[in-house]
Amino acid sequence: MAAEQSLQAPATPSGDTRIHNIGYRSYDGPRLGRSYARMSLYSQSLRGAYGLGRSAKSKVLPMLLFVVMCVPAAIMVAVAVATKAKELPLDYTRYAIVMQAVISLYVASQAPQSVSRDLRFNTVPLYFSRPIETGDYVRAKYAALASALFVLTAAPLLVLYVGALLAKLDFTDQTKGFAQGLVSVALLSLLFAGIGLVIASVTPRRGFGIAAVIAVLTISYGAVSTLQAIADVQGSGDAGILIGLFSPITLIDGVQSAYLGATSAFPGGVGPDRTEGILFVLVTLGLIAGSHALLMRRYKKVGL
Amino acid sequence: MIATESLSKRFPRVTALDRLSVDVGPGVTGLVGANGAGKSTLIKILLGLSPATEGRAEVLGLDVATEGAAIRERVGYMPEHDCLPPDVSATEFVVHMARMSGLPATAARERTADTLRHVGLYEERYRPIGGYSTGMKQRVKLAQALVHDPQLVFLDEPTNGLDPVGRDEMLGLIRRIHTDFGISVLVTSHLLGELERTCDHVVVVDGGKLLRSSSTRDFTQTTTTLAIEVTDTDEHPDGTRAVREALHARGVTVQDGSGLPGAGHILLLTAQGEETYDLVRDVIADLGLGLVRMEQRRHQIAEVFTDNTDDAQRKEAVGHGG
Repeated sequence: MAAEQSLQAPATPSGDTRIHNIGYRSYDGPRLGRSYARMSLYSQSLRGAYGLGRSAKSKVLPMLLFVVMCVPAAIMVAVAVATKAKELPLDYTRYAIVMQAVISLYVASQAPQSVSRDLRFNTVPLYFSRPIETGDYVRAKYAALASALFVLTAAPLLVLYVGALLAKLDFTDQTKGFAQGLVSVALLSLLFAGIGLVIASVTPRRGFGIAAVIAVLTISYGAVSTLQAIADVQGSGDAGILIGLFSPITLIDGVQSAYLGATSAFPGGVGPDRTEGILFVLVTLGLIAGSHALLMRRYKKVGL
Repeated sequence: MIATESLSKRFPRVTALDRLSVDVGPGVTGLVGANGAGKSTLIKILLGLSPATEGRAEVLGLDVATEGAAIRERVGYMPEHDCLPPDVSATEFVVHMARMSGLPATAARERTADTLRHVGLYEERYRPIGGYSTGMKQRVKLAQALVHDPQLVFLDEPTNGLDPVGRDEMLGLIRRIHTDFGISVLVTSHLLGELERTCDHVVVVDGGKLLRSSSTRDFTQTTTTLAIEVTDTDEHPDGTRAVREALHARGVTVQDGSGLPGAGHILLLTAQGEETYDLVRDVIADLGLGLVRMEQRRHQIAEVFTDNTDDAQRKEAVGHGG
């Protein structure tokens, strides 16, 4: 630092090339405060969920999953155009259900990336010593992962929709289906992001987070679909439908088959009717709100 | 800059701060105390992150209880522990932190480049932080606390884990934060010697109580206390005692230098002026003793602790973290 100060020399009018230490400059510009900081955290986390602004290595998985998500849609479109089919081989609302393994993998890899790192490297106190508060941090992280998931799940629907229009399928039908699909994946994004973040925020270890998220999503689905199959064989269809409340993907399936005109993946293709559907909507919204509340509680404790 | 009024913080089992009232002005202020003395608790309260049990505190004229966000916008904080992700570069990290403090993107980048240069990070700032030495990491931590040009920074144990050279560089940097950057500093340490050199003002806390708050000059001022050490002779086998009695006869109060090195052979007396020096010289000459030393004694900051050794020991026994 002594060396730095010795560079302090008066400017020479002759225009010689010299290095000047201009010393410390104070900052008088704008300070954009809390909402701007929250937005910055949101955009940084959203970019981070696709590895942007991070190392090349961390871009590989999210980008790969994104491609894997979109390729089947592209193939379906190609087939529909080539065969001049009357409708797409798969409904908009069914697409995410069919591709649920990819979505689960994405949540499992990116939720820990988003929150476990800050916990593990103790970066959280640096955030909370700045204008943002616990709620801002939680909402920015939640919104970022949900948006990232929405991009992942809505992009193939967009491919399908554009393809369907190119294949000159019925415009009204397709637009309605596309809109229903978007509502469904928006709900799915919120639900999966919440569950993923709650699990990831408990452990500072990324590996544990990844394993735990995968376990929760796949085991719950495995258990629920097995029980549903058993209930179906035994002829108690109503019980089978209600069992669907216990795994995230069957919850979404239930909501959309009740209200979004989707065909259900439930055994026998029979989903909840409109009355039972209320239960599915309530549980879904409850889980989203509950995830948010749990995250708030978690970060109240982390503090500084 | 900072004012607290009977500020208390009680946890179920421990009282971290006990009616602490302290006033801190601009400049570099040291906050000294043993581990667990309440330093970190105080910083948390001042950042508006932890409510005080009772009492009130103001930072930059803003109430910590109600205006925490406004305070945090104008204050920087460097934590004691590691807080840096290893997989990003110092530049990326500090830019992000600048934006989190509310700086627009362009300003954040400019300020980051400036600040990293000022703390002494050059080409290495583009490499991932994981490969940095402890000293470089401390500089990044300092940079993220300064990047938004705060009016005041809290530095929690900034010299922790540094080697002597790194320690000196960090202390020099802290000094410059005030002299060159015009930013006031509150720096904590449990090492008093460091703060003697760096701070304008020192606040000593112990067991959550204020022990002392005064300028560093007061702490280490040259007092008019004289320390005398003499030799023994055959005539006076205990020269120290002979001098004490002779001085006592002339009306000068003398104390033993108990607690100091060489206690028992050192006499302390308060000099009233030039004549005291002459008197001591004459008395010793009359007794025919050799004068080993006669010196003005400077107080060390450490002495404020010697009166409270018992307290400190009790707290060590409790041994909870700061």
